[in-house]
Amino acid sequence: MTQRVYLFARFERFWHWSQAGLIIFMAVTGFEIHGFYTLLGFEPAQELHTIAAWALISLWVFAIFWHATTGEWKQYIPSFDRLFAIMRYYSVDILTGAPHPYKKSRLHKHNPLQRIVYLSLWVLINPALWISGALYYYYNDWGPWGLAPYLKLEYVATAHVVAAFLITTFLVIHVYLITTGHTLFAYIKAMITGWADLDEDSAQES
Amino acid sequence: MSPLQKILASVLTLAVCALAAPEANAKPPLSAALAALPASTADHSQFKELQREFESGSELTRACLSCHNQAAKQVHASKHWKWEFVNGKTGQTLGKRHVVNNTLMSIAANGPYCARCHISNEWTEAKFDFTDPNQVDCLACHDTTGTYTSMKMHQLRSKCSACHVEFDKSKARNVVRRPDFGELGRHVGKPSLQTCGACHFNSDGGNGIKHGDLDSSLLNAAPELDAHMAKDGAGLTCFNCHKTRRHQTLGSRYAPQSKDPKGKNVLGGSRATCESCHGLAPHPKTANAKLNDHVDRIACQTCHIPAIARGGVPTKTRWDWSSAGRLDKAGKEIITRDDKGRIIYSTQRGSAEWAENLVPDYVWFNGEVKYLTLNDKINPAGTVRLNVLSGGPDDPKSRIWPVKTLRGKQPIDAENATLVGVRLFGKDENAFWEAYDWNKAIAASMADAGRPFSGKVGFVETEMRIPVNHMVAPESGALSCGDCHSRNGRMATVPGIYYPGRGIYWLIDLLGLLLVGGALAGVLAHGALRIAVKFRKSGKA
Repeated sequence: MTQRVYLFARFERFWHWSQAGLIIFMAVTGFEIHGFYTLLGFEPAQELHTIAAWALISLWVFAIFWHATTGEWKQYIPSFDRLFAIMRYYSVDILTGAPHPYKKSRLHKHNPLQRIVYLSLWVLINPALWISGALYYYYNDWGPWGLAPYLKLEYVATAHVVAAFLITTFLVIHVYLITTGHTLFAYIKAMITGWADLDEDSAQES
Repeated sequence: MSPLQKILASVLTLAVCALAAPEANAKPPLSAALAALPASTADHSQFKELQREFESGSELTRACLSCHNQAAKQVHASKHWKWEFVNGKTGQTLGKRHVVNNTLMSIAANGPYCARCHISNEWTEAKFDFTDPNQVDCLACHDTTGTYTSMKMHQLRSKCSACHVEFDKSKARNVVRRPDFGELGRHVGKPSLQTCGACHFNSDGGNGIKHGDLDSSLLNAAPELDAHMAKDGAGLTCFNCHKTRRHQTLGSRYAPQSKDPKGKNVLGGSRATCESCHGLAPHPKTANAKLNDHVDRIACQTCHIPAIARGGVPTKTRWDWSSAGRLDKAGKEIITRDDKGRIIYSTQRGSAEWAENLVPDYVWFNGEVKYLTLNDKINPAGTVRLNVLSGGPDDPKSRIWPVKTLRGKQPIDAENATLVGVRLFGKDENAFWEAYDWNKAIAASMADAGRPFSGKVGFVETEMRIPVNHMVAPESGALSCGDCHSRNGRMATVPGIYYPGRGIYWLIDLLGLLLVGGALAGVLAHGALRIAVKFRKSGKA
């Protein structure tokens, strides 16, 4: 038996989807700025990438505040419980129709693999992106800020591009894993409506 | 244009109009009576001293100096007069009297002929008295009729080939040989595009040949061609930027300024740098915020002069002297034109290549230029660089500049490994354009320069780099970001600088693409496997 649980609050959904849109948009414009292809033209790509960056940083400020005040930050505390079982599930067991080794609940809505990946997004890739991005944008202020002797634009650009490759890789896998719920659209439905069908016994935990 | 660009462009246009409108009307209107008066407080046509005939230029100069009694001293101190410039930084003595180029090469043994463009009245002999005040040719710069320079050339019986590669001898008889100095003297005024252009547009033997950013198209330029000199644009003339005090004109090809850190100079006027009028943050706040971030490393000219020779007058890009001197079967001089009417071969000047709308080359430049002179040894094995622009990415005084590269092949002393001058002009057998004998023409020139000549003539490939400064396009004609910010943009060959779009380490790109591509391939394969398994199961069921 399953039970419907309100898993994702309204702000959380808003944050998730606008972040998703911004990240996709920034990847498209960013890789154009990097010179991989011409789509909007360099100047519009650069201008829109910058605007999107400010929007995303503002969004993160709100999201950090939300996570801090609601206690939802605890969802990202890493756990290694059944981590290998989960990895085996996604690579092999899912094909045989075996059950997911981890039962989600309101209090633990991310499985340990998700927690580790999302936490590394929060503490590694996102900061790498926006610190390198800010340095990149404020290149001309390195002198007054006293940073000029320690930095070279091509190193900052390299860091930014490497982080961009990582988040794009995450995006590809993340989008695919959306389809691995009870049904093909179960996860995406939950992220849109907020309501998820959880197994009865685990739902009672909450 | 993308919608965003459109919005930005219209916002920008409005802002520019708002800024420009009051400026255009900045001069308060004059009353009709005042407007009818000449701008100057002195009307030269009324001066007693000028109400007569003058036999020669120097006679007119004497009259000028009777009032302007300090003028000759000032002129005598100028580069325009001395044709000599000592570069304090490099210690080189330069100027037209000393440098060697790959156009007409050297003034040595050509003095009086080259001097048709010198601001003197009668430099007609090899020896010339640079201290004679009456030799200052006031009209060269102060003629307002636009007819003087051409008349002067003909009066002094300049060698026709100095200006005309091809000419109609039957018309030569009709040329007015002696200017009416009295009439010209009564109509003097401030220098103009015409007076400066008479020499500077025609550097090295013809319209636009040498510089590419200075030619007769500037006389009637549209704002798109030159925002400064166009009458519908800023309506400026040369001395507005090349500010002249005591007859000393600012701006120099021998010691240009790559970067002017002083900014706007409201009271003092222009220092012949962009910054002295446009400041250190020249782009308006409404424009892309990144534009002003370029000024530390990119010269204004780099974006705002999108191409060389944009006005319809071609400029020479290659001058090969080694083929000069060929005669046809009848023993006559040859002239060959291409389908656009440009002379690509002439017996006098050898082979030529021309260009219009030429994309400049881009180099790091800190303002310091070293020139080869007749005294320097060269390496004839490679391409000899006649001038070397100093600078590099690690030099904070350097910016990336557009230059016109003029390539050539020119004679050298093969044994002594030096550049040589060639006596081109003259009416004797030593003049190349008379006898087409390299040996004699070089020997005459080197003797005049006081340099040795072995008698062994060789030819060497040479290259000269000329920084580009004029034909500044308005904002609408400037380069757009993507012209440089792309994988094979205009800066692709400029070393030592990273900028977005250029690309970083190929290995990073490769690994990154492999990572993203691998993830994509992985999930697709995994998805396909899931579908396959599902179908097999449902098949069994």
